[in-house]
Amino acid sequence: MSDLFSKFDPLISERAGVLAKGVRDPFAIVMQQVKSPTVAVIDGRDTILLGTYNYMGMTFDADVIAAGETALRDFGAGTTGSRVLNGTYQGHKECEEALKDFYGMEHAIVFSTGYLANLGMVSTLAGKGDYIILDADSHASIYDGCYLGNADIVRFKHNSAEDLEKRLRRLPPEAGKLVILEGVYSMLGDIAPLKELVGIAKAHGAMVLVDEAHGMGFFGEHGRGVYEAAGVADDVDFVVGTFSKSVGTVGGFCVSNHPKFEILRLVCRPYTFTASLPPAVVACAATSIRKLMHAGEKRQRLWEMSRKLHGGLLARGFRLATETCESAIVSVLMPDQETTVRMWQAMLELGVYVNMSRPPATPAGVFLLRCSLCAEHSAAQLEIVLERFGQAAAMVGLFETAVEVAAE
Amino acid sequence: MTDRAGIYARIIELIEPLNPKKVALAENTSFAGDLEIDSLTVMDLVASMEDEWDIVMPLNMLPDLETIGQVADAVTRLVTK
Ligand SMILES: Cc1ncc(COP(=O)(O)O)c(C=O)c1O
Repeated sequence: MSDLFSKFDPLISERAGVLAKGVRDPFAIVMQQVKSPTVAVIDGRDTILLGTYNYMGMTFDADVIAAGETALRDFGAGTTGSRVLNGTYQGHKECEEALKDFYGMEHAIVFSTGYLANLGMVSTLAGKGDYIILDADSHASIYDGCYLGNADIVRFKHNSAEDLEKRLRRLPPEAGKLVILEGVYSMLGDIAPLKELVGIAKAHGAMVLVDEAHGMGFFGEHGRGVYEAAGVADDVDFVVGTFSKSVGTVGGFCVSNHPKFEILRLVCRPYTFTASLPPAVVACAATSIRKLMHAGEKRQRLWEMSRKLHGGLLARGFRLATETCESAIVSVLMPDQETTVRMWQAMLELGVYVNMSRPPATPAGVFLLRCSLCAEHSAAQLEIVLERFGQAAAMVGLFETAVEVAAE
Repeated sequence: MTDRAGIYARIIELIEPLNPKKVALAENTSFAGDLEIDSLTVMDLVASMEDEWDIVMPLNMLPDLETIGQVADAVTRLVTK
């Protein structure tokens, strides 16, 4: 009898190899206590959080917490049901109302996570004989939505208008088409040239879905996302998003002006066949979304902090994934797996938590230390972070390795 | 060239740079088993074949294409369609 786990042996031994060098497992961090959106206790130590996507720091917002507490008390700990059976409470409708107001759209549908929102929208919108045209660097939830559905899947080169055009041109003109884009790509923190991409999609008669997971709250006049900032709101058919980043809780959604949108509640399996969000969560989300409509000051701080980190790291000689600061994600390019893990651990021991990313999650096989900013990071915290980056780089000899790699 | 033999020969050329271990390439050489090419590289290879013959090879076709011969058959079908 063969062991079904044998297929994981290469990954198991790769991990064992890394851990045998005495480093801590980067994928097994435990937050023992969370003190604020920017500080948690890890390994018994106060640690600055610089990799949480908690962009607007809403997790501990007093109004958000109060709304959650009230809902927990009044509506209970969970719904024990699907949205289409017993799982739609007053709070779920209020949350959808908040989304409609935030986006200025006619329809909103709340899923249990952002992953499920993409899984559901992508697999349901495009059916047999239709085409999905997606950016090569799309999030796993978009790819998985493709694999759950029956459409033909065509991939275009990341952020390349020319490649998108070429691939759309080859498709039958009469076929249904869904072009899927993201506002911010979370690995490198780069943004999409949505004006060009959406224009090309529309010229070829495609519907457009934009995932604004990492853009909600601080791009565009109303904080709707990169698509708003790019001025293409009228040409985007569907916006997908998550509550797990700027909103500060958990959940996912899609908003749209399509007149037939509501039918999705009956035909979208990742909406229908899973339990709805607990009352406390939707109450937190609705309150947070409404507050994000008026978060001008936080937006400004977040951008300020992001630019400062980006500039500060460049000035210290780090190689970054984007030349300029394009989003609230700042990704540091690393030479190889071992240096990345050692540097990641050094940062943690110095009291700063960042994300480590490796292929295949990253594009082009790059290794990254990924930082994401929070509007609540203080200038003092940022100074510490920059200093620690310098120290950690010295501890692992980053710049020596980098020079060797460059000379190869 | 758009006949089966020509297509096969060109596919071999496109795969060559992705074959650092110099595995012998034949009709029944498999991408995952023999060449150990990961799924991302396969997708890039698909993109270059699409551009080479101006065709669309949807990603959902890939699970059925395990060997070089099967890919050559699929491309031939798409080109002559
Ligand atoms: C671009 C993108 N889409 C969707 C998701 C999924 O969101 P969630 O964490 O709510 O499942 C994420 C984050 O994980 C993401 O980065």
